[in-house]
Amino acid sequence: MKARPASAQGHGRFWVGLLPWVWMLFFFVLPFALIVNVSLSTPDLAVPPYVSPFAGAAVDGAPAFRPDPASYARLGGELAALGTLAADRPYLAAYANSLLLAALTTLCCLVLGYPFAYRLARAPEAMRNLLLMLVMLPFWTSFLLRVYAWMGLLDSSETGLINQVLLGLGLVAEPLPLLYNTGAVLVGMVYSYLPFMVLPLYANLVKLDQRLPEAARDLGARPATVFLRITLPLSSRGIVAGSMLVFIPAVGEFVIPDLLGGGSVMTIGRSIWDDFGPNQDWPMAAAVAVLMVAMLIAPIVLLQRHGRGAGRGE
Amino acid sequence: MNERMPQDGPESLAGERVHLRIESLGKRFGDTWAVREVSLDIGEREIFALLGSSGCGKSTLLRMIAGLETPSCGRILLDGEDLAAVPAHRRPTNMMFQSYALFPHMTVAGNVAFGLRQLRPRMARAAIAARVDEMLELVQMRAYAGRRPHALSGGQQQRVALARSLAREPRLLLLDEPLAALDKRIRQQTQFELVGLIRRVGVTCILVTHDQEEAMTMADRIGILSEGGLVQVGTPGEIYERPNCRFSASFIGETNLFHGRIEGDRLVGGEFPQPIRFVATVALQQGGEAWLSLRPECVRVHHRAAGDACVPERPDDNAAPAEVAEIAYLGGRSIYHLRLPGGGSMIASVPAAHWGEAAPPARGEPVRVSWPAPDGVLLLR
Amino acid sequence: MNGGGWGGRMWVVGVYAFLYVPILCLIVFSFTAGEITTRFDGFSLRWYAALARDAELHAAVLLSLRVGALAATAAVVVGTAAGVILVRAGPYPGSRFFVGMMSAPMVMPEVVVGLSLVLLFTHPALAVLGGRGVAAIWVAHTTLCAAYVAVLVASRLREMDRALEEAALDLGCPPLKVFFVITVPVIAPALAAGWLLAFTLSMDDFVLAAMLSDPGSTTLPVLVFARLHHGLKPEINALATVIVVVVSIAVLLANRLLLAPPRASAPAVARGG
Repeated sequence: MKARPASAQGHGRFWVGLLPWVWMLFFFVLPFALIVNVSLSTPDLAVPPYVSPFAGAAVDGAPAFRPDPASYARLGGELAALGTLAADRPYLAAYANSLLLAALTTLCCLVLGYPFAYRLARAPEAMRNLLLMLVMLPFWTSFLLRVYAWMGLLDSSETGLINQVLLGLGLVAEPLPLLYNTGAVLVGMVYSYLPFMVLPLYANLVKLDQRLPEAARDLGARPATVFLRITLPLSSRGIVAGSMLVFIPAVGEFVIPDLLGGGSVMTIGRSIWDDFGPNQDWPMAAAVAVLMVAMLIAPIVLLQRHGRGAGRGE
Repeated sequence: MNERMPQDGPESLAGERVHLRIESLGKRFGDTWAVREVSLDIGEREIFALLGSSGCGKSTLLRMIAGLETPSCGRILLDGEDLAAVPAHRRPTNMMFQSYALFPHMTVAGNVAFGLRQLRPRMARAAIAARVDEMLELVQMRAYAGRRPHALSGGQQQRVALARSLAREPRLLLLDEPLAALDKRIRQQTQFELVGLIRRVGVTCILVTHDQEEAMTMADRIGILSEGGLVQVGTPGEIYERPNCRFSASFIGETNLFHGRIEGDRLVGGEFPQPIRFVATVALQQGGEAWLSLRPECVRVHHRAAGDACVPERPDDNAAPAEVAEIAYLGGRSIYHLRLPGGGSMIASVPAAHWGEAAPPARGEPVRVSWPAPDGVLLLR
Repeated sequence: MNGGGWGGRMWVVGVYAFLYVPILCLIVFSFTAGEITTRFDGFSLRWYAALARDAELHAAVLLSLRVGALAATAAVVVGTAAGVILVRAGPYPGSRFFVGMMSAPMVMPEVVVGLSLVLLFTHPALAVLGGRGVAAIWVAHTTLCAAYVAVLVASRLREMDRALEEAALDLGCPPLKVFFVITVPVIAPALAAGWLLAFTLSMDDFVLAAMLSDPGSTTLPVLVFARLHHGLKPEINALATVIVVVVSIAVLLANRLLLAPPRASAPAVARGG
């Protein structure tokens, strides 16, 4: 803002800005509005498989808006039946599973990633780039194939890699059922999302003025105190950024629960996928998505407000 | 005489033709005025320094002249032509940036040629090459023509930046903190080189600096800016010897400032134990508030051990007893921090030769200070 | 927790092992002679041979490469324009909304983005868009990747010395030309990095491609996903090995070319002097 040169540039900026504005409005914001619209539609055996709330007969020349809240009513109904013994609450279970999985994934990534990022940030400067690149490298290779690798490792038959080792060492007599359960999904999620936690943490910790913990130690603080009172608060931005970068996409994750969870782990992502695909209930898929985004607004705002400066030494 | 500085109308120039005229120029960012109502005339071939601390608006003023900032009010006239409607890339001015802003993806020669390549009608390739050669020769950088800027030292980069800004033969050369990015050691020598070059080329030049030494070394005249306004304009000598306000007095060089009220031809009630005699140059309001600025080298320190072999105290000098609080030995001279009776303090710069054969006063020893009344400058603001 | 000593080092080694053991297993079993993906039944290259004969896979790879290149190129154009606006346009009505809009695709779960774009491309009023298919996948990838490019370009622009552009302007260069002869060359590393990142994201994306694909547009991840559901064969290990090798080489090269300090152009200096 400080420098605003000759007004000729103002015009230029307008035209430069036009492209991303139009593109994102048309291909990101408008589609999202369509989700909201479809979530209020009635399922139908047509192509596309819904009847828009605007589709009814026009009143006074303007199309009438007749939303069908059936999809939301179903979600609400499950919530209302929470106290009762009603057995079938698939959507509620999917939300609960997803949130729990995402929270656990975030926690595991943090516990695993924080000491790791801390060590990386204190590594000799010449080595840091290499070490960081080694963290990034798996991230660049095919995500599906990395999940596939875990299918081989966790396989529940005696040919599963981990089972082969356990059987070989005589630690177990029977192969363990490692695949197609929540634990397998969690391992796969932590594995896939760890770099998202490590990178912001590293960026934050590497900028942490090393003299501050030293000063605290010099003033007589014990190592645990130094960590809890100095290092941890100073790296809070990195923790928030990393946690949100893991949590937000983890809530909507579809592939990992599908491949490693088999039929056993229902998540929001899978429920959207199923309603969108085999069930052909697009209004329901849209309603589930709208509700998920609504739940993610708080974490996203937290990320924008608090985590943005993670790399910068503010 | 020191109150000559007019509040309205451009600072007048004695004799020289006005080259650049700035008329009540102002710039507002949001609610704050970065530059307010600055009026100034700059003569042909003059080197003019805008001096002020950071945030005083001096860079904004320079950028408005270059067209990189749009004035909120006022006019800029170059040889009588209003520059308001002329965008930056069409102005006959060129600027040397504080960071030098050498294009990292071009060679030294490419940087110098850049401005020439923008000329319309197009300049012939051979002519551009010849001009680049000439400019690099001028700054003694011909041997580096094929290098990239990052392969040069700070001083070399500065010379390339200068060559680049001179290549288009600007009618006005703007230097933004030209030497701030350089090592202190080579700065002084570069100051002289730069002035020599500018004079040889014969271009009118405005330079912006926060370094008073740089301004005094390089400029014909200095304009002191504070909070966006021009405080005083004059030659380095005028400003040093006859500052017109406390800001000028303390910004250029060091000074002792005594606060007080005017009673007749004395200043009373200040930190100095005696009423201070002064020589008035303008009509004064009795009982009014005023300050006396006294340069440290004007203070005479008398020590009993040295006798009064040095300059004797005269009856109508301002004088008082004092005690040496601290001494900073600087070789050819020493700075004495003196405690005055009644709690005041002052500093004196004393040449080593002052003491002759005698021992200089030590810390804690009593001395006397004095100065002839005309050496002090009375300031009303 | 002073980061010191044995414990810390073991932790680092452990995390690296966690990251790399699965990949190493993939590679090892790609050389098996048997049919089982997790048992080594003697060394052979038969699965690489199978890979070389697999026409369906080749078509998917070619399509992915094509979509990746097109999406990356479009994303660099849109993302660069967005980055310039993010950094250079002062506050204007909607500027905060723009910041949110540009960063949302990066955090929004892919299922939601995919679903929203399906609704757009299948909307009866927007039949002009041609429905689902390669073009829809290209749009989806461009939208997602433009956000990443914008971040890279914006951070590079913030680091860039504004005075470079002002100097060019001051030397008589008109504003639009300044962008192309000064700004673009200076931020070129970010543009290249952005292109590579976009290309990789596009090549790797399954969810968007799967939701937006029609029968004629099976990208590599869509094909792989389908095969993972229909029985595992070491051929997939061979494919993974090829991808890991190619990506590692590409990342190493990119690191050399893009992240090297400016001294990298030393040969130019030698020639000049």
